[in-house]
Amino acid sequence: MNATPHIVTSRWETPDAHTLEGYQRSGSYSGYEGIRAALNIAPSAVLEQVRQATVLGRGGAGFPAGTKWGFCPPGVWPRYIVVNGDESEPGTYKDRVLMERDPHQLIEGCLIAAYAIGAAQVFLYVRGEMAHAQERIAAALNEAYANNLVGKNILGTDFSVDIVLHWGAGAYIVGEETALIESLEGNRGMPRLKPPYFPAAKGLYMAPTIVNNVETLANLPWLMCHGVAAYKATGSEASPGTRLVAVSGHVNTPGVFEVAQGTTTYRELFYSEQYGGGIRNGNELKMFIPGGASAPWFFPEQVDLPLEGRTVGAAGSMLGSGAIVVMDDTTDAVKACLRIVRFFARESCGKCSPCREGTTWEEKILRRIMDGHGRPSDLDLLLDIADNISPGPYPVASHPEAGLEAVPFPPRQTTICPLGPSSVAPITSALRRFRHEFEAKITKRDLIPLSVEPVGGRS
Amino acid sequence: MSRFTRENELLAREIIARYPRPKSATIPLCHLAQEQDGFLAEDAMRHISELVGITAAEVRGTASFYEMFKLKPVGKYLINVCTNISCQLLGGEELLEHAEQSLGIRSGSTTEDGLFTLEDVECIAACTEAPACQVNYRYFNTVSNEQFDSLVEDLRAGRNGEIPDHGTLGRVRQHIEPGQVANITAPEQQSEPGWFRDRNTAAAAEQGEVSS
Repeated sequence: MNATPHIVTSRWETPDAHTLEGYQRSGSYSGYEGIRAALNIAPSAVLEQVRQATVLGRGGAGFPAGTKWGFCPPGVWPRYIVVNGDESEPGTYKDRVLMERDPHQLIEGCLIAAYAIGAAQVFLYVRGEMAHAQERIAAALNEAYANNLVGKNILGTDFSVDIVLHWGAGAYIVGEETALIESLEGNRGMPRLKPPYFPAAKGLYMAPTIVNNVETLANLPWLMCHGVAAYKATGSEASPGTRLVAVSGHVNTPGVFEVAQGTTTYRELFYSEQYGGGIRNGNELKMFIPGGASAPWFFPEQVDLPLEGRTVGAAGSMLGSGAIVVMDDTTDAVKACLRIVRFFARESCGKCSPCREGTTWEEKILRRIMDGHGRPSDLDLLLDIADNISPGPYPVASHPEAGLEAVPFPPRQTTICPLGPSSVAPITSALRRFRHEFEAKITKRDLIPLSVEPVGGRS
Repeated sequence: MSRFTRENELLAREIIARYPRPKSATIPLCHLAQEQDGFLAEDAMRHISELVGITAAEVRGTASFYEMFKLKPVGKYLINVCTNISCQLLGGEELLEHAEQSLGIRSGSTTEDGLFTLEDVECIAACTEAPACQVNYRYFNTVSNEQFDSLVEDLRAGRNGEIPDHGTLGRVRQHIEPGQVANITAPEQQSEPGWFRDRNTAAAAEQGEVSS
């Protein structure tokens, strides 16, 4: 078994890691030595190191941070950095822990990114519901400002940048980077059309803006302290470094784990004692979500895949936000499908009609199937509505038994952002594998034997 | 009441000064108003609009998009039970059902004594601790029915521990001493940071020397 790597989690067991003293005393590198190392070389050299290290974005899309930073058009000022701490993809639980337990690590990551691109200001956008994370970051920022680590003439050099903590107010869609920018400008959090509003060119206040996930930035201090070669020693060639994954659902020991990216398999995460510790009650695995509620489902055939963006994408899903939800054979596929679709229906911002109307219809149809009022035509109708939101074959895992191939990621979309198309993931995933469960709910009088205990009329 | 108190208005101005454009402070100020009154009152939205220089309708337009802003009073304790997928798999819906029966209200409603508002919410990022709930955005993990009841009992008896009244989020605020601010101005007044230009130019010159 591989030794557990500790790039971003090295202080999680240190009770006072959230303080400046704790940050500088403990961990796999010494706090604020990363920015010191960066300040010894030119901003362009820092950008080059991040590019060479292939620091993949940890928010969902997995885009390399160094490449993203390079998209800022030359000669256009000011540039801003916005930290996406609006973690709300169902199943995702990692950025909150990073913010609560090691806020200085994130602040130092912000400084390194700001230095590399020449940012005028950094906005740290934390999800509204995370009061404790807000407190920890506010306290850490106050400490950092007081110790000349943020603000004017940082560490006695000419480098100066402000970091401002900003709170959200409860809207999943604000995790989408252009919606996040709208929200930060004081508006309703509705995504902008791309093109022309690619944040790196026209972002906050129409200025070049880099939006990075919390975990992505949290990797930077370690990288600056230990170097590119050390960073690339963990993980695979295409996906170096580590990933934070939250393994939740029907495993014996759910948890948030830092694992080598690109090499660790889902099987290890579910069955090894170090991680999930096996499926509860010795049950069989029925399906799992490999990367957040937006990700098409995987099944036992995919369990040996590594946590590698390309591989998972080719197999019909995505690594996404590291949210892995395990469902055993007592899980009702229709009920799970409805719950996820209902989420997207509730969180649709309403800007694009295929999503606003479509997700609501999907929920309504699944609800009536669940309630025993489904119609035989409903399954085709569901797929038809899905096709209006995401035309063409939708990404889905292979189904060897039925002789069906995988459809690779990503889906097409008739909407501005991926929220609507994401609502299709559980539908095509569940229908391809468990069509009989849907049909049974529509045509049979009794509930299918797979169902868990009925729960007080609610589903 | 409902407009900012003198003290909060000063705080509001401090928050506005941290942004390149005042309108960016709209959401933080809505939170401040909610902290003051427990909900986001009409007069507060008007006051915010005056402070950030937009119309009251624009403030409402923004605020009404976000779930956390309550345009009508809610209970002193807002209980959010997560029923999204990870919690659903381990009894989140059963916990909500129990909470409804225990409090005698449907989710979305407030108890008659004004103490509790119950909500059925989407993922709150506590997926490995299912089923989870929050009271005024403070977490409670792997909550059993019995634990839920004793939590409610404690709150009724005034044993609220670390939980502030509804509206208060982080109790530590960011504060930047005026002398420590690097450079916060409107985007139009910004140019390429001197340190960035100088340092890259110096490095490029050095590189030129090395290669020549």
